[in-house]
Amino acid sequence: MFRATWKSLLSRKLRLLLSGMAVVLGVMAVSSALILTDSLSASFDDMFRTVNKNVDVQVSGASTSPGSEEDRRAEPLAASAVDKVRGVAGVREAVGVVSSDGARVVGKNGKVIVTQGPPRLGVGWRDGDGVTDLREGTGPTAADQVAINVTLAKAGPFKVGDRIDVLTLAAKKSFTVSGVFGMTGNRDSLGGETIVAFTEPVAQQLMLGKPGVYSSITVRAADGVSADAVKANLVAVFGATAVVRTSAEVAKAQAADVQEFLTIFQNFLLGFAAVTLFVGIFLILNTFSILVAQRTRELALLRSLGAGRGQVIRSVLVEALVVGIVASTLGLFAGYGVAVLLKQLLFSSLKDATLGFTTSAVVASYLVGVLVTLVAAVVPALRASRVAPIAALRDAATADKSLVKVTVTGAVLGALGVGGVGWALFGSLKGSSIWLVLLGGVLLSFIGVALLTPSIARPTVGVIGRLFSWSLPGKLGRRNSARNPRRTANTAAALMIGLALITGVSVLAASINSSMSKVFTQDLRADLVIDRDSGDATYDPSVIDKTRQMAGVAGAVGLYGDATTDVTGKAVYLSGTDVAAAKDIFNLKVKSGELRDLRHNEVVLGEEFATKRGLGTGSSLKLKTSRGGEQTFVVVGVYAKQQLLNEPLVSVADAQEYFHTPAPMIGAVKLKPGADAAGVKRQIEALLVDSPEISVASQADFIKQQTGQVDTLLNMLYALLALAVIIAILGIVNTLALSVLERTRELGMLRAVGMSRWSAMRMITVESVVISVFGALLGLAVGTGLGVAVVRALKDQGFDVLTVPWTRMLVFLGLAVVVGLFAAILPAIRAARVNVLQAISYE
Amino acid sequence: MRTTGIAAKADAVWKVYGKGEAQVIALGGVSVDLARGEFTAIMGPSGSGKSTLMHCLAGLDTVTRGEVSIGDTKVTGLSDRGLTALRREKVGFIFQQFNLLPTLTAEENILLPLSIAGRKPDPTWYKTVIRTVGLADRLKHKPTELSGGQQQRVACARALVSRPDVIFADEPTGNLDSRSGAEVLNFLRSSVREYGQTIVMVTHDPNAASYADRVIFLADGKVVSELREPTADAVLDTMKRLDGQGAR
Repeated sequence: MFRATWKSLLSRKLRLLLSGMAVVLGVMAVSSALILTDSLSASFDDMFRTVNKNVDVQVSGASTSPGSEEDRRAEPLAASAVDKVRGVAGVREAVGVVSSDGARVVGKNGKVIVTQGPPRLGVGWRDGDGVTDLREGTGPTAADQVAINVTLAKAGPFKVGDRIDVLTLAAKKSFTVSGVFGMTGNRDSLGGETIVAFTEPVAQQLMLGKPGVYSSITVRAADGVSADAVKANLVAVFGATAVVRTSAEVAKAQAADVQEFLTIFQNFLLGFAAVTLFVGIFLILNTFSILVAQRTRELALLRSLGAGRGQVIRSVLVEALVVGIVASTLGLFAGYGVAVLLKQLLFSSLKDATLGFTTSAVVASYLVGVLVTLVAAVVPALRASRVAPIAALRDAATADKSLVKVTVTGAVLGALGVGGVGWALFGSLKGSSIWLVLLGGVLLSFIGVALLTPSIARPTVGVIGRLFSWSLPGKLGRRNSARNPRRTANTAAALMIGLALITGVSVLAASINSSMSKVFTQDLRADLVIDRDSGDATYDPSVIDKTRQMAGVAGAVGLYGDATTDVTGKAVYLSGTDVAAAKDIFNLKVKSGELRDLRHNEVVLGEEFATKRGLGTGSSLKLKTSRGGEQTFVVVGVYAKQQLLNEPLVSVADAQEYFHTPAPMIGAVKLKPGADAAGVKRQIEALLVDSPEISVASQADFIKQQTGQVDTLLNMLYALLALAVIIAILGIVNTLALSVLERTRELGMLRAVGMSRWSAMRMITVESVVISVFGALLGLAVGTGLGVAVVRALKDQGFDVLTVPWTRMLVFLGLAVVVGLFAAILPAIRAARVNVLQAISYE
Repeated sequence: MRTTGIAAKADAVWKVYGKGEAQVIALGGVSVDLARGEFTAIMGPSGSGKSTLMHCLAGLDTVTRGEVSIGDTKVTGLSDRGLTALRREKVGFIFQQFNLLPTLTAEENILLPLSIAGRKPDPTWYKTVIRTVGLADRLKHKPTELSGGQQQRVACARALVSRPDVIFADEPTGNLDSRSGAEVLNFLRSSVREYGQTIVMVTHDPNAASYADRVIFLADGKVVSELREPTADAVLDTMKRLDGQGAR
């Protein structure tokens, strides 16, 4: 039996390879995700160990705001804390360190140098810290000197003696580069970060906002004292006023941040692997079904020679197993290639990280690849086992089985799936169970629709095919596509899933975009918007004052922002603005109290915020601010619920006093009717010349920028979902190729009675286009339904405009035609090459 | 009716497969003239080259040497495009396996060659053909709903409806019981007698050959004998004689 299996496998290798391609692509996504993330995280762990090798214990300020390590801003430690640490038992040496993210350098092209992910550190220079390695020049010795790291020097490019402009908590300042440094071990940087090293007093002022403070204190333990012991002693002294961690803990926390990013990245890739493999199951199932159907005679012969049902099932499954193993192996190696490529593209700063076949990548690749192939082969295997021995004696034209059972199952599963989606989106579920139910619902819906497709196929395909029926080849192609509804349906279902996801995402993105546009046009009544390119950027408060004086300007407000915590430690985002002016520009409506110029420690609240916390006009709100400690604010008014603003607003003076960054981040300008918008824009731009990260845009351009971000994300999703479509194309190619093989005799007859090669090709092409258009229509329908459901569910989150991107969907339909044409190429050539003589001569 | 002249012709046709030691001569210099309006049967034992000869005559296979023509058209040397046009315009086929398209009805199958050529059937002729094959009430049926004899009659009608110069029939009764076979053969003979159709039939059944006007016997790739107005017995005798020669 195994011999027979093996022989049949070899005789069909091309076909199996084609169906295996789906597994190859899916496993490729899995293995690239795991190889890349596993290797990178190992390399990060290694790096953080290196950095912390000269530190036993680190003391840093208690955090002022919640959130991850990255967002957390620790309260700086006073210089006296260093002496205090030195006095603790077991401490051999303690050094104050100044280091904070947010030192942005203006490059030679006038634009701020950005790093994709890694921080842009501003630090206080210290000679001989054991980690930095001065390559050129000296450390900074005067207030107007800085040393920069190699990464920054290369990005600039800058060399010793150059003047560079640096943006920090303060506005732009100019420095002279006194030296360039790298890291020990001949590294340019740790992980692609840029570093500007100031003299310590300058760093304290510019990076921490106060003189004489440190962001952390590094401690070396005395000989024979363990880091843990020193930590215990320090905790006893500092209590809750500081965070004390051993270097191992610091390294772990630093790595955790990177880990978090890598995990998101990994999940993203794995999600697409799942889609790919799900679509792949259809392809494999179809291929094996067709192969089993074509081998009916052979299987029946085996059965009549005494092979048991179990043996037949096993023979099909063994075939699947071999396909699965071969495809997984190819996928694993292809994944390595993709990982190398992704590392070049996305993590080019991590030159030192080496990629390798990690155990988890290898195990997961084979497990997933083989399992998926086997699952897909189970139904065909069972079908094969039901072939009666008598079939060997009959002509193998098996009649179509009734579709009732499949249709009923499909309807039930589909209904369950739709119900699940509805429950997840509109039901009372909470937390991650929403996502699980949603995922399950979507999956069930897809399977349900896929099972329903055979019964939809015949009428729909007939209608689609009518478009091509004007010529005989078209007519024959249409008939052929309706000939085996199960096969057509399975093939189309693969395309359906890919396109449904693409359509769903498109509907969602279009709706988000139009909702955003609506919010901005409705609640942002500004003609010009001052916005920033990066999260750290601010501009000088005087810009707003000067703008107000310009001719044609009706009003201008700046918006300050900061993350604070309330007494329970919950995060509260706080904004500072000129409420009287903002009232008009941000379309604020009084709900209660009044919206007027705020005095010291007064606040107005958004309606939603106030309701949630049971606050109203006259009540008070206690917040822990970044630089002003705990402050109690009196609520003087509540503004009606709107989409743009929701947070508490304080006065500009309070913002400048309490906020981490005492400068506005964004702003809005309203013009008088008939004012010269372009002229005012130019004037404001002139004022912002020292803030290269801040730009002025008209309201329309601003909206375009905002929605452009959604479009960027959408394009990324398109690229990844295209993988699922490629697999669907492979499926169509495979089905057509097998059909051509099956109909060799018919093709021969057609050619014998005078059909030209060209017409034969056209016949196959029409069949292909009909299948792909059918799949596309299903996908568009299912995807629109899915997208609409999600948009409706997001209504309460402010996405209340439903936009169905019809033009885009028409484009998809057009692309489906192209897909059909493309998929038909090889099978059509094969059909045209059919040797008439061989096709019609009886075997 | 066109009752004189040559419908198809093979002139010193050689068909050789393989090279050197493995060379097989399927046809070794065969020359035959097939007269218009005649029903010719080609007979011979397996491997005698009878099917090869038919395939070469019909332009389905190329010849190694010699020349084949149908009507005034020289078949030898035609391109694929030319051969396709030739098959479309001048040749009809009847196969042992019927070879109907399962997706089309009987009527659509009959009209298939005309549709491929983009021509409309001559309505009187079409009605005559349908009447002759006796399928008037089966036209809307799919092939799977027809018996073997009915399917082969559909195939005959398909070959006939475009009025080709020659119809080539390859063992047309090979898959039929004797009664259905007789029906089909009667039909073929009457289309020759009544409408002057030229038919070339390959068969190994002496009874089927007896319906023809002329029987050509092939052995080892050569024409070895010929009978006119044959009877089944005469054909059988000739076959036996040839077999005997082969055995010696």
